[in-house]
Amino acid sequence: MQIKFWGTRGSLPVAATAGEVRNKIIAALTAAQGQQFADAAAIEAFADQLPFAVQGSYGGNTACVELTGAAQPGDLEHVICDLGSGLRPLGQCKMAEFGPGKPQTYHFFISHLHWDHLMGLPFFVPIYIPGNRIVMHGCHPNLEAAIKLQMSAPCFPVEFDQIGATVEFDLLEPGREYTIAGFKVRAKLQLHAGDSYGYRFEQAGKSVVYSTDSEHKLDNRVEQNAFIDFFRGADLVIFDTMYSLADAITVKADWGHSSNIIAVELCQEAGVCRLAMFHHEPIHDDAKLASLYDETRRFEEITRDGRAPLRIISSYDGLTVDL
Amino acid sequence: MQITVSQYAHAATEINVVAPLGRIDQASADDFLMALNPMLATLGPDAPPLLLDFSGVDYIASIGLRALMVAARQAKAGGGGIGIAALQPMVREVFSIARFDLVIPCFDSVESAARELSACK
Repeated sequence: MQIKFWGTRGSLPVAATAGEVRNKIIAALTAAQGQQFADAAAIEAFADQLPFAVQGSYGGNTACVELTGAAQPGDLEHVICDLGSGLRPLGQCKMAEFGPGKPQTYHFFISHLHWDHLMGLPFFVPIYIPGNRIVMHGCHPNLEAAIKLQMSAPCFPVEFDQIGATVEFDLLEPGREYTIAGFKVRAKLQLHAGDSYGYRFEQAGKSVVYSTDSEHKLDNRVEQNAFIDFFRGADLVIFDTMYSLADAITVKADWGHSSNIIAVELCQEAGVCRLAMFHHEPIHDDAKLASLYDETRRFEEITRDGRAPLRIISSYDGLTVDL
Repeated sequence: MQITVSQYAHAATEINVVAPLGRIDQASADDFLMALNPMLATLGPDAPPLLLDFSGVDYIASIGLRALMVAARQAKAGGGGIGIAALQPMVREVFSIARFDLVIPCFDSVESAARELSACK
């Protein structure tokens, strides 16, 4: 199974500022210390060994994650979590790969109906291609209304009924196991304004949990245990680590998000292999996100307490993870 | 979890010192908060401040940090002083990563905490 992160930012899309780009250039030139490079390959090799926050970027698109399972002959089905702004580049990639002449089926699993998780759909070119099939899976009874709302005046110039693809809505029941596009899928209710749902996908002995926009109350042990069961033994858990623990339980309590500390603790208790930090706070620049990543790995290390190590990654737009 | 309570005099001001021992985790956080409650109830502008001597705490989980948040909030609501002193290096790291050093004042030692908390009275 392969997971590709197309959008990893929380709440709203962001882009690096001119000042941030300048700081990266300064950091790279400072690291070079005046050395000469023989050719382009040497420059690339130098760039590749710079810290990620200098040579790369976490990106700024909102939530969109693609799951690719074992390929079946003639398999033209795609599985995607959420319709954040990361869906726009995903759509461009699919158009480049398949073009308009080879109809595809796109299965979307919607965590919730807030704008940052839906905003990419009007810019997802495959919905305008006749022959393509779109299936929106979700647990919100008003899923269809919310999807259609953003493609109606005055929100957007193209009305929903003008798109070329066929669109189906599939209301899922939390806790029930479904088989969709070759994956076993189960949804779980999460604490977030208007409710959100996490999804656990399993295929060929591998499992990934997509759990974003989910607040975890520390005094609710019953619900914590339910999440530990939901995460149990997963190869990868994609988790909302937007805030510090202090913020999450004080000034930003009831805002519907979680922290790196709770992510690590739940994943440790659930025996998870890999944790992907996700739904990055939009006010954080690359240097800050890199620092949070280092701190989270350190927290895992000092609280491991004899368990197998929990591998931690900080997701970024464009990252692929093979399970 | 074992918790000892003592009073410590600095200059003319008394402070109450609570010294928990061991781990503050899922199994002990409720007991920890329950043990603090009687002292939190007495906090006020004219009462001795409360200092948590963490030199004997070798692990704190998020549920323990939440207990501290509740204690700090209660202390603030009552107008009393509260602080934590002598965190072991690993516990201090957890405080820093969780940004809890912004939630409750942290001091290097009981002596420096007593000095600062007394000065704030």
